[in-house]
Amino acid sequence: MTVIPKQVPPVLEVEGLCLAYDDGTAPRRVVQDVSFRINPGEVVALVGESGSGKTTTAQSIIGLLAANGRVERGSIKLNGTDIARWTDRQLQTVRGARISLVPQDPGNSLNPVKNIGAQIGEIFRIHGALRPDEIDRRVISLLERVGLSEPELRARQYPHELSGGMRQRVLIAIAIALKPQLIIADEPTSALDVTVQKRILDLIDELRAEYGTAVLLVTHDLGVAADRADRIVVLQNGRIQEQGAASAVLAAPRSPYTRELLAAAPSFARPVSRPQSEVRSSPPGVEDDIVVVDGLVREFAGAGSSRFRAVDELSFRVRRGSTHAIVGESGSGKTTTIRSIVGFDKPTAGRIVIDGTDLSCLAGEDLRQFRRRIQLVYQNPYGSLDPRQSILQIVTEPLLNFGRLKRVDREAKAWAILTRVGLPEDVFARRPHALSGGQRQRVAIARALVLDPQVLVLDEAVSALDVSVQARILALLQELQSDLGLTYVFVSHDLAVVRQISDTVSVLRDGRLVDGGTVSEVFEHPRSAYTRELINAIPGQSRRAAA
Amino acid sequence: MSAYLLNRVGQALFVLWAAFTISFVLLQAMPGDAILIKFQNPDLGLTAQQVAEIRASYAADSPVFVQYAHTIGKFLTGNFGYSVQAGVPVSSLLAAHLPATLKLATLGFLLASVLAILIAFLSSLTPFASLRGALQSVPSLFISIPTFWLGIMLIQIFSFRLKLVPVINPGPWQELILPVITLAVPISAPLAQVLVRHIDDVMTRPFVGVARAKGANRQWILWRHVAKNALLPTLTIAGVLFGELIAGAVVTETVFGLNGIGGLTERAVGSQDAAVLQAIVVLSALAFVIINLIVDLLFPVLDPRLRTKIGAAA
Repeated sequence: MTVIPKQVPPVLEVEGLCLAYDDGTAPRRVVQDVSFRINPGEVVALVGESGSGKTTTAQSIIGLLAANGRVERGSIKLNGTDIARWTDRQLQTVRGARISLVPQDPGNSLNPVKNIGAQIGEIFRIHGALRPDEIDRRVISLLERVGLSEPELRARQYPHELSGGMRQRVLIAIAIALKPQLIIADEPTSALDVTVQKRILDLIDELRAEYGTAVLLVTHDLGVAADRADRIVVLQNGRIQEQGAASAVLAAPRSPYTRELLAAAPSFARPVSRPQSEVRSSPPGVEDDIVVVDGLVREFAGAGSSRFRAVDELSFRVRRGSTHAIVGESGSGKTTTIRSIVGFDKPTAGRIVIDGTDLSCLAGEDLRQFRRRIQLVYQNPYGSLDPRQSILQIVTEPLLNFGRLKRVDREAKAWAILTRVGLPEDVFARRPHALSGGQRQRVAIARALVLDPQVLVLDEAVSALDVSVQARILALLQELQSDLGLTYVFVSHDLAVVRQISDTVSVLRDGRLVDGGTVSEVFEHPRSAYTRELINAIPGQSRRAAA
Repeated sequence: MSAYLLNRVGQALFVLWAAFTISFVLLQAMPGDAILIKFQNPDLGLTAQQVAEIRASYAADSPVFVQYAHTIGKFLTGNFGYSVQAGVPVSSLLAAHLPATLKLATLGFLLASVLAILIAFLSSLTPFASLRGALQSVPSLFISIPTFWLGIMLIQIFSFRLKLVPVINPGPWQELILPVITLAVPISAPLAQVLVRHIDDVMTRPFVGVARAKGANRQWILWRHVAKNALLPTLTIAGVLFGELIAGAVVTETVFGLNGIGGLTERAVGSQDAAVLQAIVVLSALAFVIINLIVDLLFPVLDPRLRTKIGAAA
């Protein structure tokens, strides 16, 4: 990390910034009195949970606030010039040329109907920075610089032909094209797999060193901030809680909020050995594996007559009352595997036995009845709840589908389970949109539990949540497990979370099992190079190494 | 790709056959027919015997399925039969009336597209909220105007009051001006509405934010990023609207006294000239099918995501 002498003027100086959104009646202030500065070549991380105002702050710096947002007070000085109240026309000369943006979601951040070369070349055309005949050559060299193979081919391809990591590299190429003084990276890797995340962050770091560009890194992940930033600014509810050198903030946080965040971040949690005594106490020889997956194969028809194997000879067992994690990056076959386990999808070959019932023998009504024994909690608590039903209706619906309970009994049961997952009574009559993300995920868990299942399949169930909320949901899941004797199949890409809550792990890659066993075996003595790579890619290494 | 093409062509042929069969059954089911209307007229003074001979010469009383097989066989060879009323082959009637309608429909559709794009893009580019609101309410107004009323009003205002367009002996293009406007207005309304919705929708997509972060201004973003993405879904609507175009042409040609397929249809309905109506139905279905086939085939050309993947990816 570079040490900058004090006399160098900062690239960006934000002072007393107050931002508000006009919501019809009164302006709603979302950023309150925020001040920080970024020196040339420095990486400053803006850390906070959703609603902290970190993205709004970043948007205001590049002049891309939503139409109803505005700067109420304060200044944003770029090289000493206040741009906070510049018109759109003035800002157009700055955007792309002196401040650029690496966006959050590479999947939707490129125009689907224009090829890659045109989208990179565009920035030179907008700013008239190069002669037209030089643009193509520059585009190729940029593609090469951000580490894409076959740059000539890439320039002719369209976004849908590239993977998420490749698209993010293209967006980085656009961001560095005019050698700006400041790059705003707004959650640049949240949508990417961990190994890809590491490579993309390495690339940003490398380019920063090469061009001397300052970086404002907006992130919810303290681990990422710890690894990459020189200084950290912690935001909560639009106010700065704490700022300072990254090492100082992480080693000795002054604000209670930062301490809370650090405690909740799974990537900083020390490996804890879960009390596994009761799980392992069953006498040998007794069939106590509630989920048995044996030689599972699932093929899909590919182009022409070729077959694509999404899951290839996968076998694992889950003990009753334990948590088994399925870990893998996108395309590893996690989702296909759990769809087979819950009986949504028929495997091409192999056997799945849930609590003594062979799934391949089930069809029609038997299969439907089987579903009450194994329930699924989805990743997205925003999309998986019917927006037109009340919370109580959502949780009573499964009871309506199974069995003939009377209305009063159904509601009593739903009421009990909603209370059990820690939801206050006053939300029961509301609709999902009135609830926070964490509350919604509690509703989804309650809906799954209302049928008294033995196995709960959690598909990235905490991935979309803020760390502090995530920590509370994970605590709830552990409590429910020990009280109700539940078995969890926990699907996740986040190894830090997996390490925290599971007993056994299967690591999947390209549909194959590359590593498996207890958490301590897999994490401490990984057998495959891929597992080692995954573990090394967990953010927050620098701090764990220091601790 | 070729499987896709075969599938689409197969569907198109099915639609044509269905249109032929349904219209044949409906025309058969109508009481009375063209021969009775033309020859039973007391002024002609034909005896029942003579009428029966004429009916026999047209094979009008043979069983329905024989007539069906006979007619479909003739259609397949391009023979549309004889018009009882006009006493000439249907194909020569069509040849005489088709060019005027083709001209009217093509120009009407082009004008409708231009109007729709103007309304949508102007409302998106204008910095004034009030003008934007006014422009966006234009489609609702357009769609509520009855075609015949609009035609009459245009003649009243532009021909009789302002005397801008002559009604007596207009030139070949002059006579098209008002009908084209009449036809275009109701077609442009749904097009504009769909376009406005999709432009607003595309404007909120993250790649538009990235384009703004590159320093692009609003016009640049609208033309180079939003336009193509918003036009794609509009294209589907354009294909479907072709049906409206045919219906609109019948009314418009009647109001303006144009000698096109619309006028021919109106007269054929009046005299129950089944052969003519049958040919018009099949012709309209053919045009409808071809337009939609073109739209379907155009999609992969305009949207790279629908092309078959070439080379390395994913």
